Amino acid sequence: MARSTGKDAQALFHSLRSAYAATPTTLKIIDLYVGFAVFTALIQVVYMAIVGSFPFNSFLSGVLSCVGTAVLAVCLRIQVNKDNKEFKDLPPERAFADFVLCNLVLHLVIMNFLG
Amino acid sequence: MAAAAKAGEATLRHAFGNVLSFFILLLIGVLAFSIRLFSVIKYESVIHEFDPYFNYRVTQFLTKNGIYDFWNWFDDRTWYPLGRVIGGTVYPGLTLTAGTIWWLLNSLNIPLSVETVCVFTAPIFSAFASWATYLLTKEVKGAGAGLTAAALLAMVPSYISRSVAGSYDNEAVAIFALIITFYLYIKTLNTGSLFYATLNAIAYFYMVCSWGGYTFIINLIPMHVLLCIVTGRYSSRLYIAYAPLVVLGTLLAALVPVVGFNAVMTSEHFASFLVFIILHVVALVYYIKGILSPKMFKVAVTLVVSVGLVVCCAVIAILVALVASSPTKGWSGRSLSLLDPTYASKYIPIIASVSEHQPPTWPSYFMDINVLAFLVPAGIIACFLPLSDASSFVVLYIVTSVYFSGVMVRLMLVFAPAACIMSGIALSQAFDVFTRSIKFQLLRILGFSEADAGDGSSANVVPENDAVKVDKSEETIKERPSRKNKKKEKEQMEKAQAEKTSAKSKTEKRLLVLPMELSVIGLLLLVFMGAFYVVHCVWAAAEAYSAPSIVLTSYTHEGLHVFDDFREAYAWLRHNTEVDDKVASWWDYGYQTTAMANRTVIVDNNTWNNTHIATVGTAMSSPEKAAWEIFNSLDVKYVLVVFGGLVGYPSDDINKFLWMVRIGGGVFPHIKEPDYLVGLLLLFVETDGKGFDRVRRTEIGKKYFKLTHFEETVYLENFLPHYIYLLTVITRQRGREQAHPAQKEADHERRILGSRK
Repeated sequence: MARSTGKDAQALFHSLRSAYAATPTTLKIIDLYVGFAVFTALIQVVYMAIVGSFPFNSFLSGVLSCVGTAVLAVCLRIQVNKDNKEFKDLPPERAFADFVLCNLVLHLVIMNFLG
Repeated sequence: MAAAAKAGEATLRHAFGNVLSFFILLLIGVLAFSIRLFSVIKYESVIHEFDPYFNYRVTQFLTKNGIYDFWNWFDDRTWYPLGRVIGGTVYPGLTLTAGTIWWLLNSLNIPLSVETVCVFTAPIFSAFASWATYLLTKEVKGAGAGLTAAALLAMVPSYISRSVAGSYDNEAVAIFALIITFYLYIKTLNTGSLFYATLNAIAYFYMVCSWGGYTFIINLIPMHVLLCIVTGRYSSRLYIAYAPLVVLGTLLAALVPVVGFNAVMTSEHFASFLVFIILHVVALVYYIKGILSPKMFKVAVTLVVSVGLVVCCAVIAILVALVASSPTKGWSGRSLSLLDPTYASKYIPIIASVSEHQPPTWPSYFMDINVLAFLVPAGIIACFLPLSDASSFVVLYIVTSVYFSGVMVRLMLVFAPAACIMSGIALSQAFDVFTRSIKFQLLRILGFSEADAGDGSSANVVPENDAVKVDKSEETIKERPSRKNKKKEKEQMEKAQAEKTSAKSKTEKRLLVLPMELSVIGLLLLVFMGAFYVVHCVWAAAEAYSAPSIVLTSYTHEGLHVFDDFREAYAWLRHNTEVDDKVASWWDYGYQTTAMANRTVIVDNNTWNNTHIATVGTAMSSPEKAAWEIFNSLDVKYVLVVFGGLVGYPSDDINKFLWMVRIGGGVFPHIKEPDYLVGLLLLFVETDGKGFDRVRRTEIGKKYFKLTHFEETVYLENFLPHYIYLLTVITRQRGREQAHPAQKEADHERRILGSRK
């Protein structure tokens, strides 16, 4: 039972890897950016667990800015992905412009809240 | 050639339709503004009620001192000796809006006073709210429904009651913010554009600034996302509509000082975080499903479920432990009293005592939304044919708002826009069917085409499902079947006929068409129903909801008598007392006293400190000496009481006396409610002569009592005060009085009718 699960897990891992390798480079770059943002958020949480959450607004703004950029990057990826039929008439430049605008608003709020 | 002519005609019709819509919207805005002006015409341009006076005072401070001083303002003229941090406890949206409008107008050299701007803010924003309703309903069902819904919202009495000219309260701008947030959410859901998602977050920020009811939005939208996921309507547009809103929205909500860290720590927001996590899980699942083959996907599912279940249980256990450790499970008192309607009466008497927190009666539904009560179920059904993301949202909105309006009468206000949207949809669909029937029947009568006659003659009930976009585009132009439009119909008939033959191949289902006479009568009846609605709304606005409650009128046999006691009393206080004198009264009058009399008060309508209010309540229900001691310890110089027996003013302090006892008894156990009730609800009160409890219709208590520690203050030289009495606290000690329960609404009759010193 465990053995078949192990083999299944390996087969699954393989197919995931091969399927992911087929995605275009632009999307992979965005995925990398998302991963980086989430990793930064995790580091901040660990730091807070060690040091304590005293200026809570700073902690909140730091973590939420990482999560926010990750979410917005995912939205950009959704809109730019050519496999997505819902967005086929959305020019990628417009998607990127929206992404930049939303990031601007997010970071304005963050800098206000950072204290 | 014919095709070009057809295309030209279509654009002309579209252009005409757009211009007509624009003018209709303009008229709707003017209607919404003018129907709220009755109180300005009947009385004067004055601020109503109690809460608006506080907002007015804050706006005055803002316009005089600027925004930095406003943010950092610590008010020491209220809740003496505690004071109140205004910057951190007020929802700044309304005051900042009015302040901005005032500043803008003044910089354009239009010198309006702050009071005028405050009085007219609510009607202006109700015009904006109707336009926002048009946009929202247009996203759900089309422009025709949008215009109907906007017209209904402009007049609905429930909204008028909280936004007349002079009702300068949070709901005046909050309802506009609510509808615009919902509109932008639906727009993002329909288009999947990140630009609208940004605007949605900013509109949500405006809502958080304006009203505590923003928790409704931040719980309704996650509920809707969950509903979409569960019914299999997940799409990437849903992710774009919801995920940025949660992150940006939480940050923006935390920016507002009155919310602060509550945005991440109270249970009211946990639903949004939970659904945020669920949405990400679902998105990940769909993504993996997309890139894997079906067999591998099954393997993945079994693997993940077994591992994930364990992790999930652990996380949920931690969460539950965290939440259960707080006594109220993390919810605030007000939210709990919404979820459990009996909570407030058991634990928080202050919330239970506010009259607008009581559940509504059935007649108040018919008073407040009138004809819409019949149209709402029809609208709900219309939303299901066909069901889209937007229409499921509106159905969820109306179901939740109906529940909450049943708990608290003040929340009928949140129910009103939902009712208008639903009724607009229903009315618009009904008009659609009737006018289409008339058109087809006319076509048939004038003998136009056999092919179409077959289409039109069925009186069988065939479900109306569309596949004919052509028809829809025609119908949306004819929003109101007026006589003018009937003429246009004749020209459009040939157009319609030609389009029908081309579209016939696309039509799979038949459209519902009714016999001619039935549709004409139906149309007329609907118009009559609309007329009754308008008549009722205008009556409600003029008679029921325009009373400023700071000025009272009564019709005696001599004619109209105006009682301006409140303002006269406050003016007397303002001019004849020292600046630092403290005035004690029941908390209802606190805001007005600070705003108009400019004197420090002990408690006011903010009711944030239950113990302080209980202290005043105890003082009001104690024997004279005990009351004197309490008031002396608070440095009180004047006591303001309201007694309506002389003129028949029902909502005076005697009516509220039982609440004083209850709230005082909630904190100080020596005040027991049964001590004050003798026999059948006779309140043991010291009065004289006409001591009469108007609400309970009984004579009350002991009469002919002499006050020793307090002295009645004469503040009107020439005639009697009608219902406000000021008592001066005598600062030197007097002899003991016999011990029996005494109340401060006392002995004015004796002084007035008998010997005056």
